[in-house]
Amino acid sequence: MSSLSRFALIRNGESLKVSQIPEVPISDFRSDILKMASSGKRLCALILNGNGKKPAGLLSVLADDAAGKLYLNSSEPVSSYQALTLDLPQAHLFEREIYENSGITPEEHPWLKPVRQKPADETVFFKEEGEEIHEVAVGPIHAGIIEPGHFRFQCHGETIHHLEIQLGYQYRGAEKLLRDSTRFSLSIAESICGDSAIAHGWAHCRALEALQRMNPSLKAEALRAILLETERLANHIGDLGAISNDIGYLPASAYFGRLRGDFLNILMLISGNRYGKGFLKLGGAAFDIPPQMRSQTLETLGRAKRHLKEIGEMFFGEPSVISRLEETGVISQKVCADLGLVGLAARASGKDIDVRQDHPHGLFRFRYIPTVKLTTGDVFARAMIRFLESQRSLDFLSAVLDSLPEGDLAVPGGKFLEERLSVSLIEGWRGEVCHIAISDSEGKLSGYKIIDPSFHNWMAVALSVRQGEISDFPLCNKSFNLSYAGHDL
Amino acid sequence: MIYETAMIEIIKNRFKQGYRTSNFPKENPEFPERFRGRPEVNQDLCASGCADCLSVCPTQALQEGHNPEKKTLSLDMGRCLFCGECAKSCPEGAIVFTCNHRLAANQREDLLIQSQEAKLATSLKEEMRRLFGRSLKLRQVSAGGCSACEAELTALNNVVFDLGRFGIQFVASPRHADGLIITGPVTNHMKEALQLAYQAVPAPKIVIAIGACAISGGPFMDSKEHLGGAAALVPVDLFIPGCPPHPLTILDGLLRLLGRLEEKIETIISPSPLAGGRSITSFPKMLRHALASRVKAEGKGEGSINS
Repeated sequence: MSSLSRFALIRNGESLKVSQIPEVPISDFRSDILKMASSGKRLCALILNGNGKKPAGLLSVLADDAAGKLYLNSSEPVSSYQALTLDLPQAHLFEREIYENSGITPEEHPWLKPVRQKPADETVFFKEEGEEIHEVAVGPIHAGIIEPGHFRFQCHGETIHHLEIQLGYQYRGAEKLLRDSTRFSLSIAESICGDSAIAHGWAHCRALEALQRMNPSLKAEALRAILLETERLANHIGDLGAISNDIGYLPASAYFGRLRGDFLNILMLISGNRYGKGFLKLGGAAFDIPPQMRSQTLETLGRAKRHLKEIGEMFFGEPSVISRLEETGVISQKVCADLGLVGLAARASGKDIDVRQDHPHGLFRFRYIPTVKLTTGDVFARAMIRFLESQRSLDFLSAVLDSLPEGDLAVPGGKFLEERLSVSLIEGWRGEVCHIAISDSEGKLSGYKIIDPSFHNWMAVALSVRQGEISDFPLCNKSFNLSYAGHDL
Repeated sequence: MIYETAMIEIIKNRFKQGYRTSNFPKENPEFPERFRGRPEVNQDLCASGCADCLSVCPTQALQEGHNPEKKTLSLDMGRCLFCGECAKSCPEGAIVFTCNHRLAANQREDLLIQSQEAKLATSLKEEMRRLFGRSLKLRQVSAGGCSACEAELTALNNVVFDLGRFGIQFVASPRHADGLIITGPVTNHMKEALQLAYQAVPAPKIVIAIGACAISGGPFMDSKEHLGGAAALVPVDLFIPGCPPHPLTILDGLLRLLGRLEEKIETIISPSPLAGGRSITSFPKMLRHALASRVKAEGKGEGSINS
């Protein structure tokens, strides 16, 4: 355990002085990470260190999910190093990102192509050759109402041998904007990924609150948790509708689609916006839930709970639905662990991780939401997790609304402390949303990093369709429903 | 056997679900108190000229006018995120966000609000209206959208809003489309794809820009990684502001463009002078005729229906 001493330890939502993070030679940095990974720690982030200065080193955040701890270490400035990816596949996209942003070369990286800053046609795609092998290219514009991305399949007949996903079309420069404009940053954070406005907005608030030691009241934390769970419900149920639609089971698609609206309308009732934009505020929340609104919401939730059960039982009770979902798009437990998947995709593949349980913060420290874990890793598991989690979230909402803590809606802010780094994790409906903020010697933001759960999970979409049929792709893709904007930032 | 059981369950569930499609646009929709719809600016109340609102706006949607005689405040709905911070900051209450969901405009400059009024979108010219009025097929292109606007467009297809009943449909290919409906600030990386999609739509065609990003770059306006909205690349016929706009705001805009909203309905917006705050125009047509003829038969003037 000697390597532990070469890490700084914090908990979710805390900050530490940048100088407290040990800076070690890159070879030690690398071996320490591998040691930690072999003892079950998960790579939350592997990013460029330093305030945009060159030459830069690397910084890693490793999560000990069982103990609720986050370990940080950093390397001395480097221009190239031995890639981690071959020993630790979950580092593959992080290393590509580092190379793209700084030119620091991870030597022997098997797949060192651009992540988001180059148009897809300027990148090299893996190509399979042979008799009857053909290529199918889809996107950036897809058939439905969906964000853009390019998918290239290597197929033999209907069978997919390989899928390569090239994103970057949505690149808006969000991280740079967040670093440079602290004052209005919340409206940017809320639009990193529109269906996770609360998750990203909250992660952003906590990252900045930790830099100035602001402690929102328990009431504000409870209100935020209410919005987060409502957001989860809207998306989980909307996805169940989309999955029903993709397999051609239209009654369930219509009912789930309608039910999703009930939760968006709760968000609108509380915050005035169907996605909760404008609800969060640095130091707390902008809106309270007065008693009358509380009873109105509880009534809607009670009704929704009944309907969800009825529709869910109808959907999952249909043998032809089950046979279509089972054993489609399987992600094995090994692949899940190797790729470092997060969120509902990980929980569907037997990995019991959930920020609300592993790194609890705010109200989640006092009110526990039981996590749901399945092991088959197929589309069925990812659909079923949504159904089960929705019911847990409904129970949580009823309980919290029944006994909302008293306290200030928002606490006043101060100035950022100098040269500190904060890490904030939130369990969005897709999975772990991670924001990292760094302040400089003048108390200004000098670094900002966003890691959407999609960043960890996109590779799983590509692997889930291998040996499947092309016609399974929309269903597999929908069962993950990852964010393009959250990946491209 | 098992399938029979399932089928009866499906049919039973269908009855439980009932009829969910909203009565829009026949009935005026209701929004919760905190909903932030069309903003109104009362220049008379803005006397102190404190400019507090200018400094709290995340997208510089609020500007002071250049009129030298009298200071005027204008709010650009094309930039506005409808966060409501300006209204909260104003000590005089000169800026108010109403529950009015009607926001769409034909021209970019029509989105500037300087009073209690707004210049809403009008219908397409007669020939275009003849072509698209009863059947409009749109290809959606997300060009840097965060997925909130996209989600609201998807919501239009659900049973509550049921876009199909107006003859409006989202199609998979631009070649099958009458126009594009664009979300997002048009990132540099989507420029080419959007241009190709536009070219692939057969003429005559229309373009609709949805949300603050597609109109002005929205919260990302300071970034250099995009074009600052759809109009930088293609001619836009309809701007629908919001972050994201409510599905009914989008629907209202589309129906306005197609000339499908009766002007009478517009009169219901303001607190109605008629009893019960609800005008007779919200009744189905048949009922209205029936009522009118009955009143006539009773020898009263039509006006008395309203009392």
